[in-house]
Amino acid sequence: MTESSIGARQMTVKHSDRVATFNPIMEISNLDVYYGDFHAVRDITLDVGRNQITAFIGPSGCGKSTVLRCLNRTNDLVPGARVDGRIDYRGHDLYGPSVDAIEVRRRIGMVFQKPNPFPKSIFDNIAYGPRVTGMKMNKSETEDLVEYALTRAGLWGEVKDKLDQSGFALSGGQQQRLCIARAIAVEPDILLMDEPCASLDPIATALIEDLMIELVSDYTVVIVTHNMQQAARVSDRTAFFSAKVDDRGQRYGHLVEVDLTTKIFTNPTDTRTEDYISGRFG
Amino acid sequence: MSFDVGVTNKSKNSESNIKSMLFLGVLWFSLFVAFMFLVILLVTTFMNGIGRYDLRLFTEYNNTTPKDAGARAAILGSVFVVSITALLAIPIGIASAIYLEEFADKTKWYNRAIELNIQNLAAVPAILYGMLTLGILSLMGFKNKNVVFGGALALALLILPVIILTTREALRAVPQEIRDGSLALGATQLQTVGRQTLPAAVPGIATGTILAISRAMGEAAPLLLLGALVFITYDPNGLTAGFTTMPIQIFGWTSAPQEEFKTLAAAAIILLLAILLTLNAIAIFIRNKFAKRW
Ligand SMILES: Nc1ncnc2c1ncn2[C@@H]1O[C@H](COP(=O)(O)OP(=O)(O)OP(=O)(O)O)[C@@H](O)[C@H]1O
Ligand SMILES: [Mg+2]
Repeated sequence: MTESSIGARQMTVKHSDRVATFNPIMEISNLDVYYGDFHAVRDITLDVGRNQITAFIGPSGCGKSTVLRCLNRTNDLVPGARVDGRIDYRGHDLYGPSVDAIEVRRRIGMVFQKPNPFPKSIFDNIAYGPRVTGMKMNKSETEDLVEYALTRAGLWGEVKDKLDQSGFALSGGQQQRLCIARAIAVEPDILLMDEPCASLDPIATALIEDLMIELVSDYTVVIVTHNMQQAARVSDRTAFFSAKVDDRGQRYGHLVEVDLTTKIFTNPTDTRTEDYISGRFG
Repeated sequence: MSFDVGVTNKSKNSESNIKSMLFLGVLWFSLFVAFMFLVILLVTTFMNGIGRYDLRLFTEYNNTTPKDAGARAAILGSVFVVSITALLAIPIGIASAIYLEEFADKTKWYNRAIELNIQNLAAVPAILYGMLTLGILSLMGFKNKNVVFGGALALALLILPVIILTTREALRAVPQEIRDGSLALGATQLQTVGRQTLPAAVPGIATGTILAISRAMGEAAPLLLLGALVFITYDPNGLTAGFTTMPIQIFGWTSAPQEEFKTLAAAAIILLLAILLTLNAIAIFIRNKFAKRW
């Protein structure tokens, strides 16, 4: 009990520190995304701050996942998907001709809504990323890395005696932390999380939230969430997306506003944001 | 119409009970008929074979005197031909399925056309693969068409669509999340297939492949067309050697006039059945043992 309240106080201190220095690591300008003929997301301009947690919120179908997937080029893998506009990552055009999408995905990790451990042992789940990305490691280095990643994900204590068991033998919350550990093991720069707590109970959710706050000192985190309290609790900046219908009757997603989380939740500029946050809009 | 709801319901219930009992009865009867035919067939064949369940069935070559004849050449021929068939069909089949399922752009018309045609090929009568092989062998300049390579080619063509379809099915059953997870870590498509998708699909692929192999084992029609119904009294030796297989040998013996040959045929049928049942049992075992873990 005391431990968690201390944790909470430290969190708030850290929180304001993080907010004070805004240092963009990713600059999205005039991003448009198409799925075939469908112009799904239009004209997104938004910066992601280094060592900050940025939350994407907004109603279903407004393109939060779509934009998130563009940030590590996993949208390239969707047949027919196309991107217009520019995303700069540490000053480099993410979609530039000399950029290797595989390398992008290695540096910008992703955690999915549904925990998706590989049908392998816990150990191999973690070691998989380093192995495929060609990190040259001997056995003890691999073991160290597995321990490090699991420790960072707050899972080591729970699984250290059963590393050879299947990742499926874990609970949902543990599986999700395993997936986070798996992403950490390739030492990414940015972690993208698409509703990582959507299938978890409140306790597992709190663990993941603490973990995000823990991690953000070393990483940059972008999280999509439908949980307003979650966005308010963990994020430094919040981007509110919404859907609009154009004159041809097509529904598309766009960015309404992006600002400090405290501002979005207490004094948003746009009335649509206020309506959504106060639950008047869905 | 009665206003006594309880009674009405009750009579309705018992009415539908009788109906469903009747329906169930019909189903059971159908099953019984099908099963009885199978049992009768098996038992009569087994009885017919009595007298030839001996070692000489395995050790002796075919012979004009029935009591000295055995299925040695046919057994070894089957094993040899089907092994070559497997070597031809399994790698090509699995590779095609991987391409179609994991790499091909399914929005392209030609990929959809290929897919549709493979499904059609799986329903083509076996004899047509024999004719196709006949044509290929002629083009390759084979005078004698009854060669191991020809038989294996015909059987491989026959089971190729089955292997492709079952492999695709097995790959499709692997959750997309596993591929997404792997790709999001910076793995390439090839690594994702090789290290995640394919290993996860192995049980399904193995099951389908074994069933396809057992189909090749029991097939006679395309081989007959190649002229495999010949008198072989030597072990299979090389890809261009003549051969016979168990279904062919059985066909030959059943059409012989002597009663003893029919006994021999029945014994060989039981042996072939035992081999096929073993293969299928292995397939079921693999399927259950490695049942989905997600
Ligand atoms: N793979 C796809 N192919 C075609 N259209 C897609 C695809 N993925 C998303 N879309 C469309 O793009 C739009 C935005 O979808 P997206 O999944 O990004 O929304 P979201 O904000 O993440 O919604 P949710 O909150 O429900 O997850 C939707 O209209 C959706 O139908
Ligand atoms: Mg989404």
